[in-house]
Amino acid sequence: MIKFVIKRLASGVVVLFAVSVLTFSLLYAAGGSIARNILGDTATAEQLALKEHELGLDQPLFVRYFIWLSQAIRGDLGHSWFTSEPVATSLATRVPVTMTMVISAMIIIAILATLIGSAAAVKRGWVDKLVQIGAVIGDSVPGFIIGVFLVTILAIQLKLFPATSTIAPGVPASAWVASMALPVIALIINGVTGGAQQIRSAVIKQFEKDYVRTLRSRGIGEGEILFKHVLRSAAPAGLTVLSLQLIGMLGGVVIIEQIFALPGIGPLAVVATSQSDLPVVMGIVMYTVVVVIIVNLIVDLLNGWLNPKVRVS
Amino acid sequence: MTASVSPETPIGQTGTVVRSTAIRRLLKNPLGLVSVIILAVIILLAIFAPFLAPFGENYANIGKTLAAPDGVNILGTDSSGRDVWSRLLYGSQVTLLSAVLCAAVAVALGLPAGLIAGYYGGLFETTSNWVISILMSLPGLIVLLTIRAAFGPSVWISMVAFGVLISPSYFLLTRTAVRSVRNELYVDAARVSGLSDLSIMGRHIFSVVRAPIIIQTAGICGVAIAIQSGLEFLGLGDPTMATWGVMLSEGFKNVYLNPLLLLWPALAIALTIGALVLLGNATRDALEDGEKIKAPKVLKTSTQASPNTGNHAVEQGTEHHLVKVTNLGVGYPQADGSIKKVVDDVSFHVDRGEVLGIVGESGSGKSQTAFSILGLLPDTARIVGGAIQFDGNYTVQPGDDRVNQQRLAKIRGRRISYIPQEPMSNLDPAFTIGYQLVTPMVRVLGISKGEAKKRAMKLLEDVGITYPERTFKAYPHEVSGGMAQRVLIAGAISCEPDLVIADEPTTALDVTVQAEVLDLLRGLQSRLNIGVILVTHNFGVVSDLCDRVVVMQNGRLVEEGDVRDILRNPKEKYTQTLLSSMLEGKTPMTMLVSTVEEVAL
Repeated sequence: MIKFVIKRLASGVVVLFAVSVLTFSLLYAAGGSIARNILGDTATAEQLALKEHELGLDQPLFVRYFIWLSQAIRGDLGHSWFTSEPVATSLATRVPVTMTMVISAMIIIAILATLIGSAAAVKRGWVDKLVQIGAVIGDSVPGFIIGVFLVTILAIQLKLFPATSTIAPGVPASAWVASMALPVIALIINGVTGGAQQIRSAVIKQFEKDYVRTLRSRGIGEGEILFKHVLRSAAPAGLTVLSLQLIGMLGGVVIIEQIFALPGIGPLAVVATSQSDLPVVMGIVMYTVVVVIIVNLIVDLLNGWLNPKVRVS
Repeated sequence: MTASVSPETPIGQTGTVVRSTAIRRLLKNPLGLVSVIILAVIILLAIFAPFLAPFGENYANIGKTLAAPDGVNILGTDSSGRDVWSRLLYGSQVTLLSAVLCAAVAVALGLPAGLIAGYYGGLFETTSNWVISILMSLPGLIVLLTIRAAFGPSVWISMVAFGVLISPSYFLLTRTAVRSVRNELYVDAARVSGLSDLSIMGRHIFSVVRAPIIIQTAGICGVAIAIQSGLEFLGLGDPTMATWGVMLSEGFKNVYLNPLLLLWPALAIALTIGALVLLGNATRDALEDGEKIKAPKVLKTSTQASPNTGNHAVEQGTEHHLVKVTNLGVGYPQADGSIKKVVDDVSFHVDRGEVLGIVGESGSGKSQTAFSILGLLPDTARIVGGAIQFDGNYTVQPGDDRVNQQRLAKIRGRRISYIPQEPMSNLDPAFTIGYQLVTPMVRVLGISKGEAKKRAMKLLEDVGITYPERTFKAYPHEVSGGMAQRVLIAGAISCEPDLVIADEPTTALDVTVQAEVLDLLRGLQSRLNIGVILVTHNFGVVSDLCDRVVVMQNGRLVEEGDVRDILRNPKEKYTQTLLSSMLEGKTPMTMLVSTVEEVAL
């Protein structure tokens, strides 16, 4: 068990390292006019050279990478080129907002998708039809468009919710809930429709298994068969779906936060990207990969817990 | 060796015949037709945009901003006075081209890599797996933000990058398909006949992956459009180009002034992606329908829907039988409205303490008959005639088209139990054997867990398991097939039933284990004096265990009677052929009869 976790963490570190090399070389090898970007078109050649020296851009790429790496290991991800704020600090204040939304959205998706998907698998008929139609609609309308319409209709036209967030350190919990309600709804709709569809087929597949018939023949009730046996066996498939959704959501949440002006990773990412603020972009990529690695580890552990065969080997 | 194709990847057969019929089926499906029409219209609008658009994509009339729709600007103008309809048309060009570019890059990378990895495996596959695990660990939008930061705003660069990022989906799909056909006989034959690997891949394997790739591409184009417009919505796209995402962003900035500006690009995006999603679904359905049609047709014994009219008079005074099956018919409704009968006019009875064998080839309806008594027919099955009584009460009343589950729920597990054919698949792999023995006793008999555990130990001993404690704690995958079957037998008798229905209980076991399990069944049956219905294709098993036997063929009852009579003196020709084919080259007839006499004594 501990050996398994260590093994997975080690492979996670390798992935993290590989992604950091790739991203770093991509960002710094391509960006030719970084100094001009920062100083603007009026800067003289001497000013540009001075700025490049200041940022360490006159050194070879791999030297710069190892400087970055040695600092990153100590928790220093560099400073923003435009605001001079340490990247690690901006991430630390913004990640909690983003992760609060992502985690609450995933929990709601997991519950709703399981309930709706199971209902469609068991009842068939109109519930099933509705889930199928919902899946097509959910696949057709990107989450950020749903977000845009939620703001336009519920917040701006009907004034039921605040259109932009009021989240700041120290505001009461009710303000957090009011501010996060719409963004979370925008985040979950695609996840619920898609997830319900996948869980539906996983549950149907399990219900066709021989052991279900035997359980019925033993006098076990339908409810117990669904919740204790079928859903448990369908869970690994569901977990895979949910983990892929979560990885996608780390991107989707950027747009949603921008729409609702939430002080999460999203606005930081957008500003940093449009300014080519490379240390910040690098930091955001690293944070994302770390979250993905943790999520995959949790999924592996849950699968081991669900499936005794995996647990043994 | 015939490796079966996984159900996730609907794969058509080779050749153009299947494809042309698949296209016809696709267009017959209303959703498929609608999606094709929508996409065709959007493509035509994009191609002819320069002729259809009344204004240039960036032509701005500063005097007429945020105008409502009128004769000149049929969808109004945006905040810079640009014509919304013209920009929508030009936007469709960029949107479609970028989606095609993304899919093309993904196919160009994923398909060959998947072919090579699936066909040769080895180091290439190991390396690819690593690259894929890295690519798949990154959310698309974050990667595109990075690309934007490095290379600036370009639709084309970001779509090439997204193509690379999404190429694993083609890789995995192709590899799975190639693996499944690599060892097919026709590919072997091609190899033996001296075709090069390249031409085998081209001719045999490519034709197999073609259809799934079309489905995948529809989905990926949709995702590409969504992510591209998301990026542009964030203001990170190329501002000089009219795209749907840029228009959406512009509309959102003016949401307080003119919310309608949001509607048109959103509608265009949703309509295009929706059409692609539907096209993918309809293509999949068309291919799956094709598979169904290609599946071997089962003989229809009756083409007419004959509802269970209950015309057959049910014999009175049958209460002394444990189970009484009267003129039972079971059928499956077909797509064309007819009902395919799998059991037709079957009558027999079983008494307490009696062992009845139901014998027949596969497809004779013997298992369907057994499952109707248990009430465990598949959902689609219908009772099309007759009745079933258990201990005098109807579980299928004359006129019912389904088994009365309410009544059966009270007796299933309690008075009727079941021993399945395949031991391993009939235990839930996620629970210990002990749990699966204890729970039914707790639920059915209402005894405590501790009491149930004690009983379970005793049962495991009774069915001849040497270390009950160890087996109790084991998971199903930790025991052998023979042991699992003993566990299932223990489960079947755990609640002291009056009737056990055993469906080919020894077929899946080794020959030596078969004999042991039959011994066990015989011993338990005579000790507990339970009625048994033994479904089997094996006359040896029948002669070994049964008192009476029912012979079935094509859903009908051929012959019924005392085991000894039927074995010695089969009246029907079918029974004779069945008997002779079963015994041919095996045990001589005389010995078999003497075994029967031993049992009877």
